[in-house]
Amino acid sequence: MNRFLSSKWTKLAVFLLSLVPFGILLWLCWQAYRSGDPTEYVTANPIEFITHYTGDWTIRFLCITLCITPLRVLANRPQITRFRRMLGLFAFFYGCLHLTVWVVLDPRQNTLPAIWEDILKRRYITVGMLAFLAMLPLAITSTAGWVRRLTFKRWKQLHRLIYLSAIAGVIHYYWLVKSDVRLPLMYGAIVAVLLGYRIVSWMRKRKPVAGRTPQPTVSAG
Amino acid sequence: MLIRKPADLRYSDVTPKEVYLNRRAFIGAGAATLGALALPSVSLATTKINGLVQTGPYHNLGDEKASPKATTSGYNNYYEFGTGKEDPSQNAPKWKVPTDWNIRIEGEVMQPKTLSLDQVMKLAPAEERIYRHRCVERWSIVVPWIGFSLSTLLKQVQPTGKAKFVAFETYYDPKVMLSPREAGIPFPYVEGLRLDEAMHPLTMLSFGMYGESLPNQNGAPVRLVVPWKYGYKSIKSITRIRFVEKQPPTDWNLYSSQEYGFYSNVNPEVDHPRWSQKVEQRLGTGFLGQGMQIPTVKFNGYGNQVASLYSGMDLRANH
Repeated sequence: MNRFLSSKWTKLAVFLLSLVPFGILLWLCWQAYRSGDPTEYVTANPIEFITHYTGDWTIRFLCITLCITPLRVLANRPQITRFRRMLGLFAFFYGCLHLTVWVVLDPRQNTLPAIWEDILKRRYITVGMLAFLAMLPLAITSTAGWVRRLTFKRWKQLHRLIYLSAIAGVIHYYWLVKSDVRLPLMYGAIVAVLLGYRIVSWMRKRKPVAGRTPQPTVSAG
Repeated sequence: MLIRKPADLRYSDVTPKEVYLNRRAFIGAGAATLGALALPSVSLATTKINGLVQTGPYHNLGDEKASPKATTSGYNNYYEFGTGKEDPSQNAPKWKVPTDWNIRIEGEVMQPKTLSLDQVMKLAPAEERIYRHRCVERWSIVVPWIGFSLSTLLKQVQPTGKAKFVAFETYYDPKVMLSPREAGIPFPYVEGLRLDEAMHPLTMLSFGMYGESLPNQNGAPVRLVVPWKYGYKSIKSITRIRFVEKQPPTDWNLYSSQEYGFYSNVNPEVDHPRWSQKVEQRLGTGFLGQGMQIPTVKFNGYGNQVASLYSGMDLRANH
């Protein structure tokens, strides 16, 4: 198992697997374009379909990335951490696609003021932008060079921004849907469990040091 | 308002999706001829409607080309059959529309009445009307509906002096449809119009599209079409109509009154709280609908016919 997890081929497989949703999207778009009938492939509303598709995969990859640390500890497989950066960057990749499609294709007046107005006025877009912007510094500082430059401790602190991104992403989804909130609530539950795990393990670590003094749960450490 | 006599009567059996007559060429053409061509029905779900009046006064006010049927019957909001846009076309066809369909007309009327679907359809010649349909979610389609003015049906009963509004109710069968909890909105679905809106000749009772009966996902067997209002006002699968004194509850308004008003007239000047209504995506115009993001027009382009209904009204407050 450990050899499997450490193999460079496994890493390549995870990389290719993460590209599959993108590949499917390209294939669907190509088929829709070629056949002249988008309904079969990308629904009757291709722009909405592509927007939702890329948004879905952004939040899925955020969740997958957040699974790495609990998996590493619970399964006692430190090698899993090797995949974390790549998965996080895929979340960013799908987030970029999502944002680009929204900026370029969303039905609105295609002017910068109109886009800016949407960001400021529509709370689901505001919080969606927040989710994206929180990912931006993480993508930039994802290299080994940046870990050194920031020192590992500060780098780790900075990368807790992913919690903010995941929470904002769920709220973005929840505020966006018209009335059926089952899917956003499902992602909310997943994110809650993944962040809850971190709160619990943080509190456990604190206990021996802090003794029995009650600890306010202010941060998801 | 007076409905002019249809200028020409035609059967709509030749590629009804693509070939549409320009009504102007026929207006004033004179005597009406009715052709009925009995063709065996091929489709299991829908049947051909014969003896269509294609060039009534409301045939194609916007002179527009109808959207492909694959678009209008494959992308629907019918929350009883699922909240995804493609769910209704997957789930609704499995529903067997009761053969003994009735519409009950009651409330503030002298004599309540129950009409069978057959009786309703025989009230007037079936007209084809090509209407724009603008969803509150910023997409739009153009649909060749079949039916006649709702007023034809409403005139079958005599409202009392108290009747000020008309309330509609959709069929609901929890065995085959989503629960209100799952869909997030109350069922049975309810809608309403002011009496003058309901009596307006543009307001249509429809039982078909593209020359055929309605697919289930489009509101079979009989639905409302109010082309100057956002799509959710055009209630589907109607079983009950009530004349009432007070403004009746309407489904999306019950869900969120701030987002969905009672009037719900198409209006680019009034934003939905979560998006602007200035632009719409015209569906069925090819992949990504290049160039088909079009500016939304007040009253969906039917202002000449309906703006007077709202003179002096604050359309922002009464959105």
